[in-house]
Amino acid sequence: MFKHKSTLPGFRISLGYTIFYLGLIVLIPLSMLFIKTSSMGLKEIWMVVSHPRTLAAYRLSFTASFIAGLVNVVFGFLIAWVLSRYSFPGKKLIDAMVDFPFALPTAVTGIALTSLYSQNGWVGQYLYQFGIQSAYNPLGITIALIFIGLPFVVRTVEPVLQELDPELEDAAASLGADRWQIFIKIFFPNLIPALITGFTLAFARAIGEYGSVIFIAGNIPGKTEIAPLLIMTKLEQFDYTGATAIAVVMLLISFALLALTNFLQWVSSKRIGMG
Amino acid sequence: MSTRTEPAWIRRALIGIALSFLALFILLPLTVVFMNALNKGIAIYLKSLSDPAALAAIRLTLLTALIAVPFNLIFGVAASWAIAKFDFRLKNLLITLIDLPLSVSPVISGLIFVLLFGAQGALGPWLRAHGIKVIFALPAIILTTIFVTFPMVARELIPVMKAFGNEEEEAAMTLGANGFQTFWRVTLPNIKWGLLYGVILCNARAMGEFGAVSVVSGHIRGQTNTLPLHIEILYNEYNFTAAFAAASLLAMLALVTLILKSIIEFKYRAELAAAGKFVIKMENHV
Repeated sequence: MFKHKSTLPGFRISLGYTIFYLGLIVLIPLSMLFIKTSSMGLKEIWMVVSHPRTLAAYRLSFTASFIAGLVNVVFGFLIAWVLSRYSFPGKKLIDAMVDFPFALPTAVTGIALTSLYSQNGWVGQYLYQFGIQSAYNPLGITIALIFIGLPFVVRTVEPVLQELDPELEDAAASLGADRWQIFIKIFFPNLIPALITGFTLAFARAIGEYGSVIFIAGNIPGKTEIAPLLIMTKLEQFDYTGATAIAVVMLLISFALLALTNFLQWVSSKRIGMG
Repeated sequence: MSTRTEPAWIRRALIGIALSFLALFILLPLTVVFMNALNKGIAIYLKSLSDPAALAAIRLTLLTALIAVPFNLIFGVAASWAIAKFDFRLKNLLITLIDLPLSVSPVISGLIFVLLFGAQGALGPWLRAHGIKVIFALPAIILTTIFVTFPMVARELIPVMKAFGNEEEEAAMTLGANGFQTFWRVTLPNIKWGLLYGVILCNARAMGEFGAVSVVSGHIRGQTNTLPLHIEILYNEYNFTAAFAAASLLAMLALVTLILKSIIEFKYRAELAAAGKFVIKMENHV
């Protein structure tokens, strides 16, 4: 089944252990979700998934994740642009700071953002004065999702900006294009795959996110209850069937997004390979 | 150069907007953690950290990471050796499957272990008959932590091992070294920064995981509460100062992780440049 040309030892044992451990830790536990689903019957799944409370949770998770993803595309692109093309004091430190949302445990993110954006918080007190309620509602959820998604966009766009051939820019400039035309005609088309990949990664992470959201969300069923929280609630009521049905739909969407990202990366690597 | 950049005022405006956004979304949350932790003074801060429940949570978090990280380290070395050094069919499928846990929601990561080991789960009746407790106990906490951090060493090591190629190992083998000597003396020195990088990221996630562990832990105070779960309980009890004190420990862990990560990236690039190899960018995604 497998072929290998290398003369190095350890192929069988390393691959064997990899597959064994992958099966034990990842594939067998994950397959439980599908085994459980197959024992439930479509009608039972549909009853759970089409329940107004579930639909409201899905709608909230997807809308908030989508908006957060769009905000991250705009600001993530801007941050990547500034970090890769301009020089200013403290740039290295700021570049390292971008990874902070990856490194900060989600529970800490959750309570920190709630403290900042609630009515008496450092930021919230000003927003509430203008009638903008920034906690315990969908806006609060979106703020948390912006925080956790930002590095995905910055880190996918940054390398593309750095690797873009400067001669393209020079050629366009020497042909009389102004900065705006160069941006629209040269940068933007080359950046689209990276922007979409960054958006998809941030979006996929956001729909499954739990820890950073539940503190700021409010968690009112049908209003501010995200899908992962609904799974948690069902589990606490020992409703394994309900939890599994909601989870399977979310997981399939995540996998579809993963496949889309891989496809986009494949397309853009082909493009670079040809250029 | 002047044709390749924007007018100074646009540059300054863009830098200003980017930095304000980062200040609002990254610097402020970090600051607020430490301010809230210390707002009643250092004595209260230390007292809330030396509370028995807090100490038990810290101990459990350290224990979990101490077991989960080595497991994924051994896996990471084995997987990257097979993937980077050999050609075989379905390699891309294997890589995709290894990365799978990163795209599973934390809550679902916990759910699958409940379906496997829970009272109504596949192995539940057997476990109960034999008096083995997995869910709402340490084994499930460790297993879910291993699951959520599963690919984190492997995905850092694979590109690093690939970048060094097979020549050095093949030369060592030709000179009479056995497989173990070759790995220990040739491969390991080459991959040490990538390895350390993966371990640090894996450790940070293992200590900070909240959603997945929350599903399987049962929240038994002093017994199955990790540090992130301890924060949640304190916060929900309106004990904000203690919650932020515990959170400050994890925020410090995040800062130390980022600092070590930057140092390793720097060392790694310097070493590769000295060795005349291509500088490849290490994966940043946690």
